[in-house]
Amino acid sequence: MCAKIVRLESPEPRAAPPAKSWEHFPHGADVGVRGLGPTREAAFEQAAYALTAALVEPERVEPKDEIEIVCEAPNDELLLVDWLNAIIYEMATRRTLFGRYAVRIEGEKLYGRAWGEPIDIARHEPGVEIKGATYTALRVAQEANGRWVAQCVVDV
Amino acid sequence: MDLAKLDRVSAFEWHIAPRAGMHVPAVIYADEDLVGDMDDKVYEQVTNVARLPGIVTASYAMPDAHWGYGFPIGGVAAFDPAGGGVISAGGVGFDISCGVRTMLTGLTRTEIEAHKVELADALFAKVPAGVGSTGRIRLDPEQMDAMLAGGARWALSHGYGEPADLERIEEGGAMQGARPELVSPKAKTRQRDEMGTLGSGNHYLEVQEVAAVYDADTAAIFGLSLGGVVVSIHCGSRGLGHQIGTEYLRDMAIAADREGISLPDRELACAPINSPVGQRYLGAMRAGINCALANRQIIGHLTREVFATLFPQARLELLFDVSHNTCKVERHKVDGEPRDLYIHRKGATRAFGPGHSDLPDALRPFGQPVLIGGSMGTGSYVLAGTAASEARAFSSACHGAGRRMSRHQALKTWRGRQVVDDLAERGILVRSKSARGVAEEAPGAYKDVAAVVDASDAAGLARKVAKLIPLVCIKG
Repeated sequence: MCAKIVRLESPEPRAAPPAKSWEHFPHGADVGVRGLGPTREAAFEQAAYALTAALVEPERVEPKDEIEIVCEAPNDELLLVDWLNAIIYEMATRRTLFGRYAVRIEGEKLYGRAWGEPIDIARHEPGVEIKGATYTALRVAQEANGRWVAQCVVDV
Repeated sequence: MDLAKLDRVSAFEWHIAPRAGMHVPAVIYADEDLVGDMDDKVYEQVTNVARLPGIVTASYAMPDAHWGYGFPIGGVAAFDPAGGGVISAGGVGFDISCGVRTMLTGLTRTEIEAHKVELADALFAKVPAGVGSTGRIRLDPEQMDAMLAGGARWALSHGYGEPADLERIEEGGAMQGARPELVSPKAKTRQRDEMGTLGSGNHYLEVQEVAAVYDADTAAIFGLSLGGVVVSIHCGSRGLGHQIGTEYLRDMAIAADREGISLPDRELACAPINSPVGQRYLGAMRAGINCALANRQIIGHLTREVFATLFPQARLELLFDVSHNTCKVERHKVDGEPRDLYIHRKGATRAFGPGHSDLPDALRPFGQPVLIGGSMGTGSYVLAGTAASEARAFSSACHGAGRRMSRHQALKTWRGRQVVDDLAERGILVRSKSARGVAEEAPGAYKDVAAVVDASDAAGLARKVAKLIPLVCIKG
């Protein structure tokens, strides 16, 4: 499960967001989020950008405020779902959108940071609220070419 | 879906015989076009559900079935605890007890038309809708638990609604067996600011006109007459339900992994009804049902306040409030014997037939109102449960149109402003804070709800009573 903590074990903020390496894939009523990257961490970060993009254009979100997220799960796939669900929870309870992410994974633990700002309906024009990350089309794996993929469907 | 993989029983009923671990057959109710358009994933999911322990009679897919999470959306399945039956968080869904409530206004379209813009603006101002919106009600921990135990009854006791509402809500407005203490602090925190909010996506509040009547006797009993105006509200248990779904899905998935239970799809994670996890989920999920019932009761009250200001002569009476994401214990006959079964309806509406003891006296001879939501531009339907529906799919019917296009594709196809303008030209006033949300919900992104309703009627799941078309639509 994920919990916010005050320890500063997560990676340092980046000056600029990494290049886009995420996509949405179709799922009947909902949205599939897929992050790709040279490392598992990068794929998790990109999956989080895809999550943000399911309701708002990420570049519209100013990375003003920072939160920390720590998750622990027995395998990579549950860890991805926990990471995305933690972001969904923070978005919902803080009424905040996040536009930048950083992830470090050690063993079964994920140390993440998210930067964002309170929702501004007029400026962000958010679409649909996200209810939760699901186990549907859930996959975290390193492909033959070495690239990592982290994906699942989110219920909206 | 490949029709060759199905056994055609009638023009509206298709079977998949048990194979490879299926305990029961799978049954799809739909016409040939609807089945043909269904995703192959529906086949996979409806047969996977048939592989779960303790399933009784069959795994069903309604005419609006589409690819869901573990269960298809539009899936119905009954489990017997005595036979090792399970309860599945995925079989209920994230939006626990999402449903529709329809209120009669006693007004006609002509009366509404003169004040339609004011009405749309006033409803939009009164009912919080959309991403990040907050309600005006804040519950302390004690009040939160009381709400989770009392549902619409709790809302009524706090001044929201009228006593007569309760008999028109499933479970008399309060789901028994709710265990608020099994709802996590996180789920309660997520609900803190969301009481009385509509949410977003396909949720809506609509002012609708009765545009067609198919069964005059039942329509008269339901209070529906041609040209009459009703208000329908589609929403659920908000953040609390989403968080319960998230947490228990995880608990069940990990428990299954730990116990070496092999699931065809991790999203099917479930627990025996008579197990600690199963019982905990049941108590929390029932609290989620009460949250949804309270939420719709509050929004119903806000709607009444708006009408009282603009139409002082109007008296809004509740026709019915019915959920389409639930698991409930119901007594059904199986091979002539009554059995208490745990009926999962994931995107499927309960449809009790005439004579059912849970129906209020006035409705009992005619069957339960079955409220089917459509898209902004097409319309919605009121059906009634039939005597045959129990034998078809444990008294269940469809729940809506279902999408035919992804949100992503809809965004590329339409502009929100244009959708609003087009609908306004057709006399439908849309109010939403999100142009993107409106584009994603464009009428063209949905399947033809009429086909789904006709198939439900023809298959004997429920019978058509009336069609409703939108005049005002408040979207999240």
